[in-house]
Parts: sequence; structure tokens; C-alpha cells
Amino acid sequence: MGDHGSVIVEIRNIFKSYRRGSQTVPVLEDITFDIKDGEFLALMGPSGSGKSTLLNLIAGIDKADSGSLRVGGVDITSLSETALAGWRATNVGFIFQFYNLIPVLTAFENVELPLLLTSLSRGERKEHVEVALRSVNLSDRMDHYPSQLSGGQQQRVAIARAVVTDPTILVADEPTGDLDRRSAEEILDLMERLVHELGKTIIMVTHDPRAAAKAHIIKHLEKGILTDNGPAKASI
Amino acid sequence: MGLLKLLFRNAFRHRLRTFLTVLGITIAILAFGMLRTVVGAWYAGVEASSATRLITRNSVSLVFFLPISYKEKIRQVPGVKEVGYSDWFGGVYKEEKNFFPNFATDAKTALELFPEFIVPEAQKNAFLRDRKGAVVGIKTAKRFGWKIGDLVTLRGTIFPGNWEFVIRGIYHGSQKSTDETQFFFHWNYLNESLKKTAPYRADKVGWFLVGITSPDVAADVAVAIDKLFENSLAETITETEKAFQLSFISMTEAIVVVIQLVSIIVIIIIMAVMANTMAMTVRERTGEYAIMKTLGFGGWHIAALILGESLVIAATGTLSGIALTFPAAKAFGDSLSQYFPIFNVARSTVYMEVAAGLIVAIVAAIFPIWRSIQLRIADGLRRIG
Repeated sequence: MGDHGSVIVEIRNIFKSYRRGSQTVPVLEDITFDIKDGEFLALMGPSGSGKSTLLNLIAGIDKADSGSLRVGGVDITSLSETALAGWRATNVGFIFQFYNLIPVLTAFENVELPLLLTSLSRGERKEHVEVALRSVNLSDRMDHYPSQLSGGQQQRVAIARAVVTDPTILVADEPTGDLDRRSAEEILDLMERLVHELGKTIIMVTHDPRAAAKAHIIKHLEKGILTDNGPAKASI
Repeated sequence: MGLLKLLFRNAFRHRLRTFLTVLGITIAILAFGMLRTVVGAWYAGVEASSATRLITRNSVSLVFFLPISYKEKIRQVPGVKEVGYSDWFGGVYKEEKNFFPNFATDAKTALELFPEFIVPEAQKNAFLRDRKGAVVGIKTAKRFGWKIGDLVTLRGTIFPGNWEFVIRGIYHGSQKSTDETQFFFHWNYLNESLKKTAPYRADKVGWFLVGITSPDVAADVAVAIDKLFENSLAETITETEKAFQLSFISMTEAIVVVIQLVSIIVIIIIMAVMANTMAMTVRERTGEYAIMKTLGFGGWHIAALILGESLVIAATGTLSGIALTFPAAKAFGDSLSQYFPIFNVARSTVYMEVAAGLIVAIVAAIFPIWRSIQLRIADGLRRIG
């Protein structure tokens, strides 16, 4: 992690398009902006505006057609698939709309999963997982399978899985999209806590203005172009 | 938790599907093992044949006889240690279905030429003393409940009439591959009777058994024997016991080929079933694999999980199939011992079963592995939403 307030994500002139049959459909056009360390950024925009694609590019699970993207000083556009997988394992924590926990693993085992790629011993892994689950108030649900947990609890397990490796950035794609209002509030409060108490950098894609209101900065995308940006409260 | 735990939990996630696939593999491996054992049983005589025994028979066909006088001439050939002779008697016990191999033989030499037939010394002596004496293999003795001293009457199908014998010996095989169903008695007993009832068939034998000093001289001895009787009324053909046995099998080779083909088809069918199971499994888990890739797991981690799961399912089925092959072969062998005197599951059959299970697991996993490696994370995640 960089110094608090320094630029952690540097996006320069990113272009991305998809091929649909013989046609090339532009998704992102000339995107340039920075994200500072410890910032909570919300990406908003209508469906198909390219916000999830941009999130995928920042998280290193998709590749841009051109432009550069540096995260924590690493130009991830130049990394091979294998190097990118290794980079993701240590630098990015993911929070998805549908939680995406492995159904045959307990909450403990789901959180432990990304640690299997590290050189930590079994005891060290246990310690890390317990801390992560404690931080999301799920110490008493460690041995529960996802099907035995509510949506909100599953999302908290997913957040614990995202933070357990202490990544450089956390990316969240509609993290409250599948939750009721109360659970959504809990998750957003938890994400705020991660930023304020642990100094995490969060990039969140959302449709929900209430969720976006928790962010420090909101950026709007319209047909693949950044239309405006500014502090959260000014945008709502 | 290691990935191994995830692998095992994945393998048994859909219990019914996994159970049915394992059951299918078990049955396929069992069928494969049984069919291979049938092929093995077909060749049992060949496997059990000795390299130091030659068979001399009429060059026209086995159904034509050779004069007993050939014995002494053959005995003179360098490299020959011992000469015996036999006739296929073709007797049945009470009914046609009670078939078993029975021979009129030169008793003393036969016992010496077949050291793999273990007969207690006292029984051997009793047999040699009794003109009507017979020695029978333990399997046939058990089949008909015969004991030492029992009077047994066989109905001749080649040599008409009822023929009485006294069981004087019961032999055990020295090896697993030794045929324990044979019945043999004194050739003299048959010949004396033929002299009275069918003199033209007397003093003739079906084949000579030639014991040689070493397997290295087999070819030379065979040529020398056949040369002795060139241009005679009964020319001979001499071959190793193995070649003699193979000449019988070649008559039924088409059946053996069909059995071998069926055994391979069984494996191909189960391979398709297993491939379908793995394809369904991986398709259902596309999203999970995308999540794992997102977390930093590489394509080869996913490949190992899929291959491991395929191996766990196939190994469970294969081991169950192998475990069942032995009792199934025992039951099959016991009930059809008159056709397959040797019906043992060979070690090579077990190895082939293991190899078949392994091939099924690997082939079934290839396509799903290829797809999972090709999977783009963004595409995989889209499927979850």
C-alpha cells in the first residue's frame, strides 16, 4: 500500500472495445483519472455505460486495447496472464453483487481460499482468517456454509475474503445490489469502516445513489465516456 | 483447508450423479475384467504349456492315429529324454453335459512328463498297479463328488460302451495355471479292449508326448522326428506344446477377437458417460472457476481440480470394479469349470483395469480442462449474474 493520500491507481487514455460479429463496439473511450490511496470512489452510470468494464480493467481481470493503467506503481497492462493472476492475488480484493462464495466451503474456508496461494503456514492462515471474520462480526458463523447464512452475512464473508490478503485496492461491483435495505446499510457501513479505520482504497460500481453517497468521490460514465466527477454529496 | 479438500467436496457435491457415475465405472471395469479373464482362460492351456515338451501327431489331422511302434524310433532321436503317448477318450459321466477332458495315456511316462500334476506317492503307486485305475484332477473330483476308491463308469463317445474305472489318485496343480479338470487312465486298458472289439484301431495312439532335454533343442528334435517318418503311411508333425495348444485356439480366434473388442467398447462407453459427467460438472461451476481465477488461481490450479475430481470418481469406480472382479470370477469359474478349467484373474488383468480407469479419468477431463483454461474471467463472472 502507498502513502495515505498519494495516487494509488493511475489511469491514462484507456480505450476498450468489444467485437460483436463483424462490428467493433467501443466501450470505454479515452478514460483518464487518478485514485488516491485511502479513497472511496463510486462509479455510476446507466447499464452498458462501461463502468463494470472499467472496474475489471482496474482489477486486472480484463485488458485494455490501449492506454496505461498503473496500480501501486505497477503497469498492469504490460503483465502476462500468469503474472496478472499473481498480481491480483496480492493486490486486489473483490466484492461481487452475488457474493460468489464457494458453496461447498464453510465461511472460514471461503475466507481462507485466497491465502492458499500465499506461503503462510496453516496456523498463520487460521490467524488471518479469524481476524478477517472478526472484523466483519462473523466469528460465530465460521463453520457455517453459505447456504446457512443470510445474504448480508454472505456478503460480509465475501468482504472478509476480500480483505484477508490485505490487498492494495478493493473493488466492489454492485455490492448491495442483491441485498435488502437494512443489509445494504450494514455492508456500506462496513465498507466505510474499512476506508476510515483500515485505510483501504475502495472502487465501487453501483446504481444505488444511497450507496454512492457513502463514497468520497463519484465518477459518472455515459456511453464509455467520463462525463463529470466530483465529491459524493455534490453529485447526488 | 487445502485444495484437496475442495477437490473431494466437489467430487461428491452431486451425490446421486457421482454415485451413478461410480456405479457405471464399477460395472464397466468389472465387465472389462471378466472379459479379459475369459480371454486369459482361453489361453490358459498355452500359458501352462511346457517348453520341454513336444507333441508329435499325424500330419494330416489330429483325428488320424499314429502307430504305437513310432515310440521307440522317436526315443532314439538325440535330445529326446522320454516318450509317452495319449488318446483323446471323449467319455462322459452319466450325461452328455457332464463333459470333462479324459485321456487314455501311457500312465508311467505321463506322470513323469507332467510334474505339475501333484499326485501323492501312495496314490501314484496304486494307480500304476491297477489296470482299471484312473487319476483325476481335484476340480472334476469335487464336481462329481468322487473319492479315492470310487468306481466310476464313463460312457465312451468315440470308443463305444460303458467303461469302468477306479479312482486311484486325485491330483492338484503345482501352479495356479495348471488344469485340474483332467482325467487319465491306462492306455493298455483301452488298447486291450480295442484288440477284441475293433482290432483295426488297436496299437494306435492319438499323439506322442516327447520330453526333451532342453528347450534349446526343440526345433532340431522336431525336425529330426518328422524326418524319421517322411514318406511313410503316417507322416508326422512335431511341434512344441505351446504351438499345439495355439493351433486349437486359432480355430476359435474370431470369438476371442470379439471378446477383446467388446471389452474395449465397454471402456469407450463408460469414457463417454464419464466425459458427460465432467462436462456437466464443469459447466455448472464455470462461475466458481471464474471467481477462483479472479482470486489469483491460475488455469493449472483449475485444471488440477478438474483432473483430480475426475480421478477421484474414476478411482472409486475402478477400485470397486477390481474388488468385485475376484468374487465374480470365482463364481463364474466355479459354475463354468467344465468349459474354463483355469479361470483366474491375472495380475496383468488388474493392471489393465487400473490403466482403463486412469485413461477414462484423463480422457473425460481433457475437454473440461481445456474449456476452463480458455475461460475469460469476465465471461465466467457474467454467467453468475
